[in-house]
Amino acid sequence: MIKIENAGKSYADDVQIGPLKIDIPKAGITSLIGPNGAGKSTALLMIGRLLNMDHGHISVADMDVSSAHSKDLAKIVTILRQENHFVTRLTVRQLVGFGRFPYSQGRLTREDEVIISKYIDFFGLSCLENRYLDELSGGQRQRAYVAMVLCQETEYVLLDEPLNNLDIARSVDMMKHLRDASNRFGRTILTVMHDINFAAKYSDRICAMKDGKIAAFGTVEEIMNTETLTDIFETSIEIIDGPSGPVAIY
Amino acid sequence: MRELASPHPGSLEVTFHPQHRSATAFPSKEEERRYWLLLVTFIALGVLASYGLLMYNNPVPVDSPSFLPVVRRRMTALVAMLIAAVCQSLSTVTFQTITHNRLITPSLLGFEALYATIHTSTMFFFGVGTFISYSGVESFIFQVVMMVLLSLILYGWLLSGKYGNLQLMLLVGIIIGTGLRSVSSFMRRLLAPSEFDILQARLFASVNHSDASFFPLAIPIVCVAAFLLFARSKNLNVISLGKDIATSLGVNHQHSLLFTLTLVSLLMAVSTALVGPLTFYGFLVATLSYQATRTYDHRYLFPMALAIGFLMITGAYFLMYHVFSAQGVVSVIIELFGGIAFIMVVLRKGTL
Repeated sequence: MIKIENAGKSYADDVQIGPLKIDIPKAGITSLIGPNGAGKSTALLMIGRLLNMDHGHISVADMDVSSAHSKDLAKIVTILRQENHFVTRLTVRQLVGFGRFPYSQGRLTREDEVIISKYIDFFGLSCLENRYLDELSGGQRQRAYVAMVLCQETEYVLLDEPLNNLDIARSVDMMKHLRDASNRFGRTILTVMHDINFAAKYSDRICAMKDGKIAAFGTVEEIMNTETLTDIFETSIEIIDGPSGPVAIY
Repeated sequence: MRELASPHPGSLEVTFHPQHRSATAFPSKEEERRYWLLLVTFIALGVLASYGLLMYNNPVPVDSPSFLPVVRRRMTALVAMLIAAVCQSLSTVTFQTITHNRLITPSLLGFEALYATIHTSTMFFFGVGTFISYSGVESFIFQVVMMVLLSLILYGWLLSGKYGNLQLMLLVGIIIGTGLRSVSSFMRRLLAPSEFDILQARLFASVNHSDASFFPLAIPIVCVAAFLLFARSKNLNVISLGKDIATSLGVNHQHSLLFTLTLVSLLMAVSTALVGPLTFYGFLVATLSYQATRTYDHRYLFPMALAIGFLMITGAYFLMYHVFSAQGVVSVIIELFGGIAFIMVVLRKGTL
């Protein structure tokens, strides 16, 4: 469980994120939605210890993210940001192999190689595994990054807009893989999403944020209604019942 | 929950061929063979050039009693070259890794400006007599301590603070460097021409200035720092992926950065105090090492950088001293080629 207790960050006197108070249960996919500047990424980064909070506490699986050893946390929680840029030339397999660093400290064992192969195959990157990252398309590269993060085999996986810059087919493919990873490997995935319909179709829970606060948190059915979403996004959003769940029209 | 992470029977087809599939440092056998071939070639050429430096063009015959003193004198220069090569190549590669930028060098932190300021102000305030006598082990220790202290204050202040970031640190380093350079160039303007001449000779990098009495101090420092950097290779590999990914993989980024930068400043300080400023040499070595080593792995990058650095400096000295008889211009030549390589890299990449 991810336990957030009054965690907050102040960027300026009038730009405050938090205090946030929420318990995100284990297993399944939870999507963070909300307008720009609502604090979705800030919240995600604080959980993933990439951003120091100004007050409050966050614990992931009963480990306090600001005081626990980074090494131990790396086996519990992992985080992937939107922008990833490397100066070194890496192949897909080398990149995914870095996911084993918390366990092997860079000395890959036979078991590590099996696990690396498993995630490369899982994302359908087998035939690309010896290609350099700069030779891949954006969608393939994004899959390689997510493969690395899953290869870390942490219980909790945090993703900051994994669908950014992906077309519809790649987005659907990515979400299916995440759904699969959650179902098969029992991962708890927390992801920042911009597309409400993607969030509704593929996640178990939705957490909506607005003005640095949690506006609503619940199952997809609880959040996907016209009043709630219109209020959160301050624009008229209509929810209709589609053949496979609620659909937002805006 | 960890057991859930293991493959469920039948849930996933894993096609695993251990002989074909591994995330080794080199993606293919050919790349690896190429690396070792280049490394052995560079080391062999470096050894050849150093043999040439020691033996070639010896003004006295081998059986003369003054043959060995000549070799011994040249040996001092060779050891200085080795130390400079180790310091400059390791610190530049490391520095470029931790700053995620392959165009900047540790000289940006103001080492060379500080070196020039120390010497210029000695000449300016105490005169030529003190300047010439100020060259013992104490002066070496003083210079190294000053340079490391400056960089530690800079890092400690800029990296640990709330707004700490690398770009700001580099910017402040450049500003401090420019300031020191202006101060020392102002002082130089007021010197008598003869004093200026003596000072200028010290400010040009040359392995022949280096005093063998520094070696017992410099060699252990360099060995320990180099060993620590080699030992941190895997940590540096992760750091090269960026702060966020490194943190997510369980590396304490701030801590690693501070420790590594301390080693870099120590190596740079020793090299600058021993042979004087070498701005583009480290850059040239690092750039060529990346070309020759097609991997991210510092366990392979470091040896290649060492081999190229040593070959470049011994080769340049050998050619200039013994083939073209153009003494004293070696550092100018290295800087010239380094500068040209720098411009070529910038133009080809089209961006800083």
